Amino acid sequence: MGESVMGSLIEAILFVFLILLALCIARIRSLFAAAMLFGIFSLLAAGMMTLMDAVDVAFTEAAVGAGISTVLFLSALGLTSSEELHPVHHRFMAKIVVIATGLMLAYGTLDMPAYGDPEAPIHRHVAPHYLEESAEEIGIPNVVTSVLASYRGYDTFGETTVVLTAAVGAMLLLGTSAARRGEDGEDER
Amino acid sequence: MSDTPIKMRVRETVILRVVGKAFVPFILIFALYVQFHGDYGPGGGFQAGVIFAAGLILHALTFGLDELRRAIPPIVVEVGIALGALLYGGVGVVSMLKGGEFLHYGVLDHHDEVHGQHLGILLVELGVGITVTFVMVAIFYMFAGRSRQ
Repeated sequence: MGESVMGSLIEAILFVFLILLALCIARIRSLFAAAMLFGIFSLLAAGMMTLMDAVDVAFTEAAVGAGISTVLFLSALGLTSSEELHPVHHRFMAKIVVIATGLMLAYGTLDMPAYGDPEAPIHRHVAPHYLEESAEEIGIPNVVTSVLASYRGYDTFGETTVVLTAAVGAMLLLGTSAARRGEDGEDER
Repeated sequence: MSDTPIKMRVRETVILRVVGKAFVPFILIFALYVQFHGDYGPGGGFQAGVIFAAGLILHALTFGLDELRRAIPPIVVEVGIALGALLYGGVGVVSMLKGGEFLHYGVLDHHDEVHGQHLGILLVELGVGITVTFVMVAIFYMFAGRSRQ
């Protein structure tokens, strides 16, 4: 009992920090500081996921959110200015749209099952089969891996293809090394 | 290309170089652990891929982009991106040739379905890991390799 109280206390503290950070990121004008705060935000989110026992997701969040994307933000800032320009649009309308969307999302969560509810629909469909039969059918101790790689192999193949497509898209937009070598060659001539 | 902003600033910081040099090998080994221990503990191809890429990017931040480019040439990265997805799809095609459905790993081993599952999972996770690692490095190359014109 004491442990769960401790857990929810840490969760509450993390939540408060996440909200404060989000507000800071929205208000701050220095893009360098915003990139750093994004990194901290991701690290706190990773802590949150660790508390929810989703260590895999926490790994990814810490490595991608706090690590790689911060570096990408900084390299992008190296190419532009690190100070945000003053907005030219009307901010009033944007605020109303954001608040309305937020309220609708919050309203949508009212219908969702409580966190960790064993009677939730998602735990009653194929999940019991995976949990009970994985040791027999797949034979590896980590059920998450057997679901991702074997039972849901198509989905993971699709996800890998999405990552591949993202790289191809970035290459088309920013240019591959081969294309840039060609450009350099033309410059020399 | 050689005087990218990242490289110029990083060259001057001794502490980053010393700490980075000590950390990079451990991050890479940890990524391999997450990759190949994914059957037994948390982790798998995607997690391992991003951790491995994070280690490589830390190496580039510490020693400069050109060092990493020399260790892993961009052409290797571009081939690697496709290779991982190809490995994943290839496992599916092989399992079809062996008489099962696409990505039905059980048929990969003649004697034991469970052994086939082990082999299939190991290979597809490796495919995911290879693609994710090289995609992250490729995107980093594309961003960090550009200079302000």
